[in-house]
Parts: sequence; structure tokens; C-alpha cells
Amino acid sequence: MRFRVSSMKVEASAGSQNMPPLLKVENLVKCYARRSLVGRGEELLALNGVSFTVFPGTTLAVVGESGSGKSTLASCLACLESPTAGNIWFEGKDIVKVEERVRRQLRPQIQLIFQDPASSLNPRWSVLEILLEPLILRRKFTREEMKQCASSLLERVGLSPDFVERPPTELSGGQRQRLAIARALALQPKLLILDEALSALDCSVQAQIANLLRELQSSLGMTYLFITHDLAMAVYLADEIAVMSRGRIVELGSAEQILDQPQHETTRQLLRALPRMTRALPAPEQ
Amino acid sequence: MASVLEIQNLQVSYRSREGILSSALAGVSFDLMPGEIIGVLGESGSGKSTLAVSLVRLLPRNGEIIRGAVHFEGQDLLRATPDELQQIRGRCISLIFQEPSLALHPTLRAGEQVRQVLAAHSAPGKSALNERTRQVFAQLFPEDADRISRSYPHQLSGGQRQRVLIAQAIACGPSVVIADEPTASLDSATQMELLAVFRTLRERMGLAMIFITHNPALLSGFADRVLVLYGGQVVECGPAATVLASPRHPYTKALFQSIPAIFEERGSGRKTKLPVILGDSARSSLPRGGCPFEPRCTERMSVCREREPSLVNLSASHEVSCFKYES
Repeated sequence: MRFRVSSMKVEASAGSQNMPPLLKVENLVKCYARRSLVGRGEELLALNGVSFTVFPGTTLAVVGESGSGKSTLASCLACLESPTAGNIWFEGKDIVKVEERVRRQLRPQIQLIFQDPASSLNPRWSVLEILLEPLILRRKFTREEMKQCASSLLERVGLSPDFVERPPTELSGGQRQRLAIARALALQPKLLILDEALSALDCSVQAQIANLLRELQSSLGMTYLFITHDLAMAVYLADEIAVMSRGRIVELGSAEQILDQPQHETTRQLLRALPRMTRALPAPEQ
Repeated sequence: MASVLEIQNLQVSYRSREGILSSALAGVSFDLMPGEIIGVLGESGSGKSTLAVSLVRLLPRNGEIIRGAVHFEGQDLLRATPDELQQIRGRCISLIFQEPSLALHPTLRAGEQVRQVLAAHSAPGKSALNERTRQVFAQLFPEDADRISRSYPHQLSGGQRQRVLIAQAIACGPSVVIADEPTASLDSATQMELLAVFRTLRERMGLAMIFITHNPALLSGFADRVLVLYGGQVVECGPAATVLASPRHPYTKALFQSIPAIFEERGSGRKTKLPVILGDSARSSLPRGGCPFEPRCTERMSVCREREPSLVNLSASHEVSCFKYES
């Protein structure tokens, strides 16, 4: 049985610390060289010694302001960028050092979901084609198996099977993000990296997708790395939160800890900047 | 006090390629007082962006204003000539768009882009123009106005670019600014910074604002009044403090509940499901009789399907369009 998408059930095990970690990042450094026409140019340390561990079936949220290195981290973990130094251990294998042949086996297990579903889905393809692409690239499945898989994926993310022939442009923002999640699930990944995956959606739709992510976590045992600048959503979805600032993790702790006893100034700033329904805005700057 | 902008029964439709009209705004009316900030709340497809552009008649070619009136200083903008409109846009009423990276010209310095706005509306001579540009920049960038004014858009951060757009919008001293999701692509700290900028401008220049957003949390402590749009209709309108603290329309209530409230109810609530609004907004905009929110409403009654509710006054300033409150 190749498709276990709908039948796979793992006991929800939030914080299963007895298991070996799914992802272990050690001292990750990513340096971009900014070349200038004259002179030596300058170096930009996008990641400056980042370390953390994620256990299977849990969610780590990475929060920080724009420019703090969150998205560079996502690209390094998804093997889209190679880090300047450091190790990324995924299921005990270092995906930085491992040879390309082995990395190709590991890569499908880490999937990335982007902020804007409008630009991450090909507008000229049908929903079915979008869903089948990762399966076709694996070259392991028959046409019939793939079709079956596509419909079970759609069902998983709560999309009607009537959509298969339509282009993604006819879907609403929330439906498109559901499709992006379905595509990411096609190869049965172990880790989903959600890079601001909710930020472009309406509030009411954000709630729907957040619930879907929760549901998938408990039924499939998914592990999430949830990258966001929305601390409220991070607290809602994550077990642990890492606060990033200028390429470093400045605070790492359980969601409750971060909320109740923020230690670092950046965390306090993020908490202060959080728009609250019942709080008045600070007085205008003079 | 007389209102600065008065919108009466505005109806706008878009014509599809097959020639079928679909309604985007179905009779929207409200007044904007001088110096007032109105927050327009709505999800995608609610008609909030259509509202922004139709007030100054910048609708795309397939958009049609079916009926209604927009009174500004005694003039109906919907019946003004193109020349008259050109004088009003930018000078009296200006628009700020969502995506600052798309709204700015990539190969012109920020200062030049603001200078061009000033030049289009007045001809005071070169040095006066430069001086005025400098003043506008000094107002928005108290720290490094000169550097920003010499920079190209790609050298600026998202928040700085949005401030340049604000500079363009306020350069000619308008009395009304319409901002369509001006902070949507920014992180929360920058969002709060920009809201503070808008408030400062309001105090200093007496600006009236129509602030369009999908995020109700932004309006708390910022807007004076909140107008909730759903399916092209005003479903609730009232003082911000009242609407945000005790929403009355089922849609507004459901919308506020779908936001994770980390400070209010804690502990056991955290790991439960977020309450959501079932269904999809795209479908509910189809032409139909009855209340536009009826298909997704949890408090629906049989009358909701039969006819459209009209706005009911809960108090002198708080209106709701729902049969629950009709007597």
C-alpha cells in the first residue's frame, strides 16, 4: 500500500521528548556577500549561530521582525540555500554534509509552504496537475494510483473534488492555501515549514487554516516549523517559540513561558506591538 | 458639524467578459466628519477595495458605478468632469495603496516621486518645490529625511516605503486620505509605528481618514468609528469602542472570535479549536435575495432568506443590519 495519506494515523504526541529529535540545527551560519562595484563589499550575516531542536509531532514557531533571518532559516532547512557553516540533522543525517544522492532522498520529507498562495501555484495548471507534479517527479506511481492519491489529498485538506479540473485562479485565498498544503503533503513529508503561511489571508480564513494544520498534526503526526511575525498565532499553534533578532535566536521556550515571562527585549517588543482588541494604542509620537 | 465626505447609496458593479454585471457594492452610505478616522472592516470579496477606488472614480475599466452620490465640498464626485476630478485627486482626497513596492517607481529617488506629486498640483517654482518636498520628508522621517529622500525604493525597508507613499499622499495637504490595507504587508511592530504616524498626521493636519483593513485588531485604539462590510453592504457601523468591545451583527461577532485571543482567555482555551466562520465568502457574493451573510450565519431565521434586512439603529450612532434587532 503506497498511499497512506488517509489511513496513516499516529498518536498525537505533543512534546514527545523520549523520541529522538526529528530536526536538530546546530550553530547554523549563513553569510551573504553584498558585492559593491568599488571596494571589498560587505558581508551580511543573515544567520549567526542558530541552534534548536524539534521533536516529531510538535510545532516550533519562529517569530521575529522582518529582516531577522526567519526566511533564510527556512531556505536553509529546505535545502534551497546551503549554509555557510553549521549542521542540520534531519532524522540523524546531516543534510548539509551528506552527499547529493542521499539529500535527494531526504528532501521530499521536508516541504515548504509559502506566504502567498497566489504566486506559489501555477495559474495555468489545473488543481489536479498541481497536485500530481510532485508524484510524477518521483516516478514511482501509476496514473491510477496518482489520481486516487490526489482525491484523498483534496479530501484531507477539506477541498471539494469538483475543483480538480479548475485552475487555482478560480479558488479563493483560503482554498488556494489548502491546495498548497495538499501539494506539500503529497509526498508524505515529516516536516512542514510554513513560511508566513497565514499572513496573507483574512482573519476568518486564518482561523480555518490554523485549525486544519492542528487537525493534520493530530491525524498524521506532522511536525511544523511555523515562521511568522504574528505572535498571537504562534502562541496558538506552537508548543515552543523561538524569537529571532538579527540572525540569532534570542529567546527559546514554551509558548506559555514566552508569554508570561518574556526575558529578552525583542520578545517584549513583539508582545507590545501585538495589536489587541481591548487595548488602546500608545500616544502618537511627537 | 458638516461632514467632509458624504457617500449616499453607492452601488458599483463589475462587468464580466460575457457582459454579465455582478454587484460589488450594493448601496453603501456613510458620512466622514473632518478629522475623523473611519475603519472599514471586511474580508476579501467584501467590496472594501472597490469602495476605496470608486470614491475617487479610479475603477478598472470593467467597473461601473450604477447609482449613488459622493459629496465632497458641495460637489458630487460621481458627476464631476475628468478635469475637475484631476484637481481633487491628490490635492483634496488622496489614496494610499497596499503594496508599497508596486506603488513606487523603481528607478526614481523617493524625493523626486514626492516632488512630482507637488508639481502636478502647483507651480511655485523650483526652489519652493524643493523646499516643500523637504518639509514633507522632515515630517515623516524626523531622523534622516535627506538620506531617505535621496534613496531609491529598493534601498528602503517596507515601512520606509510605506512612509514615502504617505508623504506622497499628504504632500498637497488633502483633507481626506483613503488608505487601502496600508499595513498589510508589514510586520506588527512596523504596523503600530505607521498607525502612530497616521494619528500624528490627523492631529497636525486635521486629516480625515478612511482606513480599510481586514484586521479588526488594528482598529482598536486607532479608529473613531468602525464600518463593517460584508458582501458589498454595510452590516454594522458604530463607534469603534462599542463595535470592537460588543459587536452585535453575527458576522462581526464571528469575525472577532476567529482571532486567537492570547491575552484575554488563557489556559484551557489555548489548545482548543478556533471558532471559524463556516463556508466561503466568495460564494456568498452571488446575487440572491435575503441577507448576504445568511448562508454562513449561525443565528439565521426563516426571514433572513426572504428579504434583505435594513439598518436598524441600536443607539444614535450604532447601526446594525440584522433581523434580530428589528422590532
